[in-house]
Amino acid sequence: MHSRRHCVTTFGLFAASAFAPRLAWAANAAALTPEERAAHALNRLAYGPRPADAAAIRQQGAGPWLDQFLADQLEPRRLAQPATLTERLSSLEVLRLDQSELVGRYRDAIKAAREAKRESAGGMAVEADAANAVREKVRPLVAQAATARLARAMQSSAQLEEVLVEFWFNHFNVFAGKGPVSVLVADYEARAIRPHVLGRFRDMLGATAKHPAMLHYLDNERSVVAGYEPPRAAKRFLADKPELKANIPTGLNENYARELMELHTLGVDGGYSQRDVTELARILTGWGIDQRKALLGGTGDLFHFDANKHDPGDKTWLGQTVASSGQAEGERALDVLAAHPATARHIAFKLAQALVADEPPTRLVGRLSETFRATGGDLKAVTRTLIQSDEFWSREAAGAKFKSPYQYLISSMRAVDAPLTNPAVLLQALAQSGQPLFGAATPDGYKNTAAAWRNPEALTQRVQIATTLSSRIGVKPEALLSTLGASVSEATRKTLAAEPMGQQVALLLASPDFMRR
Amino acid sequence: MLRRQLLHFGAYTLAGLPLGLVQAQDAKPRKLVVVMLRGAVDGLSVVAPYGERAYAADRPGIAIPAPGADGGMLKLDSLFGLHPSLSPLKKHWDAGSLAFVHASGSPDPTRSHFDAQDYLESGTPGRKSTPDGWMNRLLGALPGEPAPTRAISQGSTPPRIFAGPAPVASLGLGPKAMDRRAIDNPALQAGLAKLYANDPTLNATLHDTTEGRGEMARSMAAVEREEKATDPSADAGAQSARSFAADARRLGQLIRKDPHTQLAFTSVGGWDTHVNQGSAQGQLANRLASLGDGLDALAAGLGDALKDTVIVVMSEFGRTVRQNGTGGTDHGRGNVMWILGGSVAGGQVLGEWPGLDTAALADGRDLAVRTDFRQVLVPVLQRHLGLNDAGLARVLPQAPPSWAQAGKLLRA
Repeated sequence: MHSRRHCVTTFGLFAASAFAPRLAWAANAAALTPEERAAHALNRLAYGPRPADAAAIRQQGAGPWLDQFLADQLEPRRLAQPATLTERLSSLEVLRLDQSELVGRYRDAIKAAREAKRESAGGMAVEADAANAVREKVRPLVAQAATARLARAMQSSAQLEEVLVEFWFNHFNVFAGKGPVSVLVADYEARAIRPHVLGRFRDMLGATAKHPAMLHYLDNERSVVAGYEPPRAAKRFLADKPELKANIPTGLNENYARELMELHTLGVDGGYSQRDVTELARILTGWGIDQRKALLGGTGDLFHFDANKHDPGDKTWLGQTVASSGQAEGERALDVLAAHPATARHIAFKLAQALVADEPPTRLVGRLSETFRATGGDLKAVTRTLIQSDEFWSREAAGAKFKSPYQYLISSMRAVDAPLTNPAVLLQALAQSGQPLFGAATPDGYKNTAAAWRNPEALTQRVQIATTLSSRIGVKPEALLSTLGASVSEATRKTLAAEPMGQQVALLLASPDFMRR
Repeated sequence: MLRRQLLHFGAYTLAGLPLGLVQAQDAKPRKLVVVMLRGAVDGLSVVAPYGERAYAADRPGIAIPAPGADGGMLKLDSLFGLHPSLSPLKKHWDAGSLAFVHASGSPDPTRSHFDAQDYLESGTPGRKSTPDGWMNRLLGALPGEPAPTRAISQGSTPPRIFAGPAPVASLGLGPKAMDRRAIDNPALQAGLAKLYANDPTLNATLHDTTEGRGEMARSMAAVEREEKATDPSADAGAQSARSFAADARRLGQLIRKDPHTQLAFTSVGGWDTHVNQGSAQGQLANRLASLGDGLDALAAGLGDALKDTVIVVMSEFGRTVRQNGTGGTDHGRGNVMWILGGSVAGGQVLGEWPGLDTAALADGRDLAVRTDFRQVLVPVLQRHLGLNDAGLARVLPQAPPSWAQAGKLLRA
């Protein structure tokens, strides 16, 4: 009996092909109703419905509501934002400081840590004091960055922008756990990602390449021409600082050059070699951080091209000779990468996978790639192509994506209209679910497929969140059902109705319908 | 030399016996734990070839000092030494239960972390379309009865290596991993089962969750009873810390207490040391110290089950022989695999060693891969876990020809 049940489970899973779902992109399935289309738009182009969205759909009718929603979402600047959100954002210091000031805070923290160590030299409390010093000065800034992100995801009327910010931040991932990236994530999101999610890919590529968070995260700030010697003034400055002297680079570091091609642009099968990685690293030597500002203080942005660190030789990259021309070599390389057909394919696939299906329809990927190339990487045009595609609005696509922990948490909060009173609790839930915010340590970011998230540990966490929200927020089952509207199937409604009243909300939030989007 | 001959002799003795007889003699099921080091650990710092002239010359700032020097490596033989941070593992080497296979790795030359990890986990280097992981295929091919906790995955996200149809229990990280949660409430479970009835994938996940958690909670309760009986003051002291060692110890204990558990997987990140990786001390040394403590804690948690267990530690590729311009190392090729357990013929560094002369390096820069990681797994799967040839063909399709040293890895 026991082993038979396992066989059945195994067979069932295999038949459903759980780890390689293939959807039939058939034209013969019944088209989505206007209510289903509205629900689908809220689940994919937003973080799910709030009670107010359900009310607006009822009031305006699903068709007219959806037309307005889609038009608005592609023009986020035109949308009015709720006052609570604007007030909250304006209260966050991290969004007002410039790069030099942010890194200044980090420098202060390190200095305080060093002093704490010196004062209690030999004492037991050394490490703890030093860690506390960093925590007090750095942690609040990271917490504010996370609060801003969560508040916007939950409350912004420009929901598509938030979905795209999540996508593109993840595409150009940086990790808040690596040194000064901690204090810089908010600026990175605000300056390198957010302005460009419906703008030009080349602009976002350039902005990430020059942002100190990326320059530090993938080590390019330290990658220098072989045999580099710091200038005399720097040597004098470093003379009595052996701990800094050991950090003077002496040659190449390939980290950024490799990920720039593998993850940010061409894709791993984009047709480049190890030689191309090394040559691109040479091209990008000198792209770094203004050390004077970073070490002594200053104002404004920190990007600085240092000709002394740049490899002055000619390079051979992707079959082309790149004549020595300083910073212009790197700019030209970014142009080439942004316009490369492999980049168009790579971006098209990732966007379609995030917004349509784990295995996106090949024809749609082809059309997105074509739009990308035809418009020179205009991401608004690419996003519009996706939103206007038959594939996006097909019955096969609706509810086909399994939510990531982040999407699950934000959509739960919205569905029950929970206020963002204690961001720390949400951040802890995300960390426990394996998706800490700004906490993806590796440059590939988080995966967005069911295979990456659907497992016993994830289910345990989601049921916990569902139960906690159900007990803390006094939402009635019928109200929640009304908010979720056409996202909830008849079968689920029927099963729920037969359950004890007290666990209906938890069960609805843990239902297959709400696990998906 | 004499020792090597004895090992040979032992292997032949075993080969003379029918496999069924060997298995029947010990009733305890054999176990395999795989620990994946994500991010490409620098194998040339783990088992460092101090006997190679090029080693110190190519790594002026990061070579580990030779055995006997201040902060020197722990001598393994006339060519290799162990990183001093891994001293907790030296006793396993001395006891003959820890071996290494150097210059090993994947035959696919990719230096992408993500593709290379994928190949190590799918077991099909060079083929991206493989839908499942080799440990899941192994779970389906092992002789014996299925059980909800026959395989345990530790961590908060499902690893590629366990992807596939066979059910795998999942164990979270941290001191609260075994705490009671909402999903353990039977009334809620019943409601979820009804809701998921028409959704085969979620239904299977729910089934794996409830069965696995129930089984693991029983095992953990048994461990705690036992600990209180032997040392009332211990009271989960070691487990309150959030560390790899505490997690690894808990995993070992669960495996020991649950007679059904045969496969387990866990992973540790943070090895991508492009900058200032350090030498006997520093960034990499700190990571290795934590890993060494963790593996020792895993062995301690396994207790007497260690004799029925093989622990394999592997990483997607090695790192450049020469240090880079920032006191670190970039992505390379060959690495070292670590094999620990009661049946391991330990105390030896196996694998054909290509050397560090420029002519011997892959692409003129990296330690060459001379042993395919699957060649090392084959004796573990067949001789240790009793997988037959048909099963092996399912778990590792297109496996390379058998390894010349396959007979030397495990004890008779």
